[in-house]
Amino acid sequence: MAEPKTKYDRQLRIWGEQGQAALEKASICLLNCGPTGSETLKNLVLGGVGSITIVDGSKVEPGDLGNNFMVDESSLEQSKAKCVCSFLQELNDAVKAKFIEEYPEALINTNPSFFSQFTLVVATQLVEESMVKLDRICREANVMLIFARSYGLTGLVRISVKEHTVIESKPDHFLDDLRLNNPWPELREFAEAIDLNVQDPVAHKHIPYVVILVNMADEWRKSHGGTLPSTREEKREFKELLKARMVSMDEDNYKEAIDASFKLFATPGIGSDLLQIINDSCAEVGSSSSDFWVMVAALKEFIANEGGREAPLEGSIPDMTSSTEHYVNLQKLYQAKSEADFLVIEQRVRNILKKIGKDPDSITKATIKSFCKNARKLKVCRYRPVEDEYNNPSLPELQKYLTDEDYRSISIDCCQEKHLVSIAVGFYILLRAVDRYAANFNSFPGQFDGGMDEDISRLKTTAVSLLNDLGCNGLTLTEDLINEMCRFGAAELHAVAAIIGGIASQEVIKLITKQFVPLSGTYIFNGIDQKSQLLTLY
Amino acid sequence: MAEAASTPSKSRDLDKLLLRPGNLVDPNFEPGTELRLALQEQVKVLVVGAGGLGCELLKDLALSGFKNLEVIDMDRIEVTNLNRQFLFRLEDVGKPKAEVAAKRVMERVKGVNIVPHFCRIEEKDNEFYSDFHIIALGLDSIEARSYINAVACSFLEYDSDDNPREETATPMVDGGTEGFKGHARVIKPGFTPCFECTIWLFPPQVKFPLCTLAETPRNAPHCIEYAHLIKWNEVHGGKAFDPDNSDHMKWVYDEAVKRAELFGIPGVTYSLTQGVVKNIIPAIASTNAIISAACALETLKIVSGCSKTLSNYLTYNGVEGLHTKVTEFVRDKDCLVCGPGVLVELDTTVTLQKFIDMLEEHPKLLMSKASIRYRGKNLYMQAPPVLEEMTRSNLSLPLYDLMDKVPKDILHATGTINKDNKKSSGLRKLRVVFKGIDGVTDMDMAGGA
Ligand SMILES: [Zn+2]
Repeated sequence: MAEPKTKYDRQLRIWGEQGQAALEKASICLLNCGPTGSETLKNLVLGGVGSITIVDGSKVEPGDLGNNFMVDESSLEQSKAKCVCSFLQELNDAVKAKFIEEYPEALINTNPSFFSQFTLVVATQLVEESMVKLDRICREANVMLIFARSYGLTGLVRISVKEHTVIESKPDHFLDDLRLNNPWPELREFAEAIDLNVQDPVAHKHIPYVVILVNMADEWRKSHGGTLPSTREEKREFKELLKARMVSMDEDNYKEAIDASFKLFATPGIGSDLLQIINDSCAEVGSSSSDFWVMVAALKEFIANEGGREAPLEGSIPDMTSSTEHYVNLQKLYQAKSEADFLVIEQRVRNILKKIGKDPDSITKATIKSFCKNARKLKVCRYRPVEDEYNNPSLPELQKYLTDEDYRSISIDCCQEKHLVSIAVGFYILLRAVDRYAANFNSFPGQFDGGMDEDISRLKTTAVSLLNDLGCNGLTLTEDLINEMCRFGAAELHAVAAIIGGIASQEVIKLITKQFVPLSGTYIFNGIDQKSQLLTLY
Repeated sequence: MAEAASTPSKSRDLDKLLLRPGNLVDPNFEPGTELRLALQEQVKVLVVGAGGLGCELLKDLALSGFKNLEVIDMDRIEVTNLNRQFLFRLEDVGKPKAEVAAKRVMERVKGVNIVPHFCRIEEKDNEFYSDFHIIALGLDSIEARSYINAVACSFLEYDSDDNPREETATPMVDGGTEGFKGHARVIKPGFTPCFECTIWLFPPQVKFPLCTLAETPRNAPHCIEYAHLIKWNEVHGGKAFDPDNSDHMKWVYDEAVKRAELFGIPGVTYSLTQGVVKNIIPAIASTNAIISAACALETLKIVSGCSKTLSNYLTYNGVEGLHTKVTEFVRDKDCLVCGPGVLVELDTTVTLQKFIDMLEEHPKLLMSKASIRYRGKNLYMQAPPVLEEMTRSNLSLPLYDLMDKVPKDILHATGTINKDNKKSSGLRKLRVVFKGIDGVTDMDMAGGA
């Protein structure tokens, strides 16, 4: 066997040993193993997920050979779940792969407790009625749920979890935590000890920009009644002052100081996202609170007290032009402050745990440390029950999406006027309409050849009544899109399934590793011109 | 379900798109079994790269109605490929990717024929590439994309009014990923921006200044690059550093650790050393699957016309939530690669040698050591030595004669391009016009070209 670390090298560089360990502990259940489901699992099995259980009651038909790589000629007439399972096992022998030859709808109706054994359920190609039932079951059992569906050139991915909290959200771009406008005493002392007017040109051009900005800010404050530059004019003036301090044009440290001066101008204190989290009612903790909220409660206390309206210091600094000595010392200074902040928070966490009757050591040092390092980047994602969204979609949101400028690409008739609306929103409505259609007529529109005209007019009627039920009276979908939906005939095209399955698997990874931020709302794939859209109908 | 299903067919799902008329389709879309047959029998697709994207592309195309595929890749399978390149198993490590990938897909999808080419993309001549109706790129290097782009664009012909002739455009689909992010794009030379038109989308990689490495290292990568770029040469003299040799890598790591200790810098690990030295881009199965499938879907739509196509650049970002965006980039009308070509006006007496010398001075070309081809014929080749010797005698002949006394035509020059003090190999299109030919004016050319 290959050294697993080597095999997973390229992904360990993304989610680390901890993320990998979470994946290897997870047990995933897949409902329906057509190409959408099979492709979702393929990506997870390759990544080394702990176990998979495939639920599908169908037998392999010739049509399946044309859209699913996990079955081949030898699979014909056999259990699809079994064939897909055996191919997936071939991809990674570290994964425990199981299958159950049963229709998911039957399990949902007769054995709801079946689902509580899993970390996460991926439900593919389910119609609305089953989605709603399964959503209730999984919420009750606290099992994460992802819906994925491919339908002709459209499809959807939706997450349904009561609450998902993220410590390591790992955003691409985030303002460095340097405290330039609010330096703690040791940083100020360190900066003051370095003379910006040093004569030696080599020393002059190796003063790190953090020191330049802290000192120059002090100088500015002295002549401006203790305030920092705030107007555009003042900011420009401050940058000119920096420029004037350069002794030669090649001083990268001063160029960096000018470029980084916006970090000095930023408002001190925590951002609005974090403010919302510490003001969440869950931050009033009790015996049933999760570790995350216990730590948020401690963070809230810290911000109000020792932190002086700031979150704990992150402790890392970006690379910058500097002598090695200054840089290494600066780094140590930030780390020391970060460690001190952590110790305060840790103490507060232990006290809170004691107060709510939990073991004060039940949250590890490493977890608290990671929480402190990422305190400014915490994320809380909550997903509305599917039933709620379907029965009471937020009409203003829906209207907004219907007319979103960026996505207007198709004409629509409304109140005798032509409007341009998004194809993706049209698909959102039509994906629901085809399920109503199927409930009434026992097949999807255009599923079989012949009778297309009748299917089109029936789908149109169904869509109109759906829109009326949602309160979007007077709005009808374009003939073109309705025709396309009938043309699709519920086809599960391999390429579309691979996209939908790929997205679903990426979201599974984010949910299980508790890293990065999962999508919010319903992602509607638009395979016509790729102008897909994420709809948050809350 | 009263109605009986039509005869069982592997094409059950695809037929909905290929056999039924649609409203949101390409104007030239002609649904029917003939179209399905054309995809199966006539259309040839080339997949460039059999790595993370290439494996997915082969599978996706084989299950999208295409039956004649070829794949080209010079790499062999490594253990670190196995977390995403799903056609490879542990026992395949060391074997050529193209060959194993082709074999695996053919085993599973009956009726599909995939020809593997285990070689560098530069080893194939233009005739090889001109054989394909569409080229799908699954590459991780800018240089390789640039090369294939130039080859595909060289097939494009312009009419006498400088309008591209659609039937000569070989479309490309291109994908790329990094972690949770990726892009997919469609290139139709002459009609949408080519890779070179939007080369600014790929900014050059930032390198650390040598003085930082030598004098003021501040972080772990600085220590690693010092060991890799400076210390290695100091100690090993002429011996080239081989990133795939684990003894070499271990040596760099040990030296980096020593340097980090000397300066009190934390964070040097073996994994980071590999990452920095080999410039490893993190990669996962899901993103590769999404991007490749988007490329395969566009391939199907371009070839069949069964729907509209992506116009022309899709970005995917799954880091924070899910963001996808379509951007319609515009062509660079002066693009040296997909444009009508660089105009070179010559006297009929100019020899091939003189012409090659002129390319070095030409401000829009700056090409040295040029090899020249005309209508698939080698006029002069710098290498290999056999060809050089065979074509050397042409150097003293007038180019006009070598071009069969055609007053105005396209030449292809391959050579070293010296731009901004950087050398890169490149292929350029030249529109050669001979001055002062009796009876030939632009007016005459308009009708006769
Ligand atoms: Zn171009």
